[in-house]
Amino acid sequence: MIFEKLQEIIADKLGIETEEVKMESDLREDLEADSLDVVDIVMSIEEEFDVTVPSEDEESLKTVGDVVKFIEDNK
Amino acid sequence: MIGVKISGVGSAKPKNSVSNDDLSKVVDTSDTWILTRTGIKSRYISDGETTTSLAVRAAKKALADANITADMLDMIIVATLTPDQLMPSAACLVQKELGANNATAFDISAACSGFIFASKIARDAIRTGSNKKVLVIGVEILSKILNWKDRNTCVLFGDGAGAVVYESSAEDNILNIYTGSDGSRGSVLTLDGFPINNCLVEKEPNDYFLKMNGSEVYKFATSIVPICIENVLKGTNIEIQDIDHIVLHQANIRILDTVTTKIGLVKGDLFENLSEYGNTSAASIPIALDEAKVDFKKGEKVLLVGFGGGLTWGSILLEW
Repeated sequence: MIFEKLQEIIADKLGIETEEVKMESDLREDLEADSLDVVDIVMSIEEEFDVTVPSEDEESLKTVGDVVKFIEDNK
Repeated sequence: MIGVKISGVGSAKPKNSVSNDDLSKVVDTSDTWILTRTGIKSRYISDGETTTSLAVRAAKKALADANITADMLDMIIVATLTPDQLMPSAACLVQKELGANNATAFDISAACSGFIFASKIARDAIRTGSNKKVLVIGVEILSKILNWKDRNTCVLFGDGAGAVVYESSAEDNILNIYTGSDGSRGSVLTLDGFPINNCLVEKEPNDYFLKMNGSEVYKFATSIVPICIENVLKGTNIEIQDIDHIVLHQANIRILDTVTTKIGLVKGDLFENLSEYGNTSAASIPIALDEAKVDFKKGEKVLLVGFGGGLTWGSILLEW
């Protein structure tokens, strides 16, 4: 559920197909998100899942899986 | 209360337009990188023209547009981060060049919100009866405070000036102004001043480079703009759908695009000239206003929104 919703958000922000967003996809390396894309994605997940992502933790969110785990741990 | 209207607008830019390709020879970057990430194609850079000179050229156009002479001005406010001198102020130097001998002249420092804040001072001064004709100028030569070895900042900014004449009027066209600031978040966008180096202490010289945490500034800008719009409409019976033209501070196309989506508009609804000018800080909104106004019709509702270092922010709702 979290993953599907996250897929939608990331696909929308990066202008790609949802299928391209996999658990192991690295946001920056594979999906080519730049720093502002990452900010957009973080702001969306904060709103959607009611979590707060401290700025210092943003860097450690590398793959889609990392983001899913963060949401699960902080809900 | 006395009404306030905009009676004249003008702008000026340096003669050199520097393209992304030109910059790729100076720093490790490319046209594609800059264009896709920022929306900027070129920017105007002074090859020696001073802040005062740019400000005066914009001011003269605004005075002509307002059909008044400089000696009719009773106040001149210049919003700038990059005056030629700290003293005399840019406003005093402008006064000298214009021959505006009846004006009280001073600068204000509010980064990219400078024009909005200076407009608020002008409007309040006229409304209370203290002043009748106020010249507000936003001017920057940001190229002199950029680290030209830092490709993350030097590609984003440009030089220019915009000027507006506010006058007392029977009709009140400045419907509302909203402003705010938060110094506790100021460290994300900085420009250092003189270190304390005197008979008692010795400090290392500063670099005088603009420094920015891009992600934090982007987060701030995209969240504050909807707040600025909501707050300036509060108390009026006007809604976002009634606004005919929205002019944001021209910082970065990513901010404009995100804000467009957030407030339920369509791409292209927000005025854009940053592709030609880059981010000109305090000059951005009056320059944009000068260009956007060709499409304005009398009676239309216009929204101006500024946001920037400080952190500072503000918006003006006006009837053209």
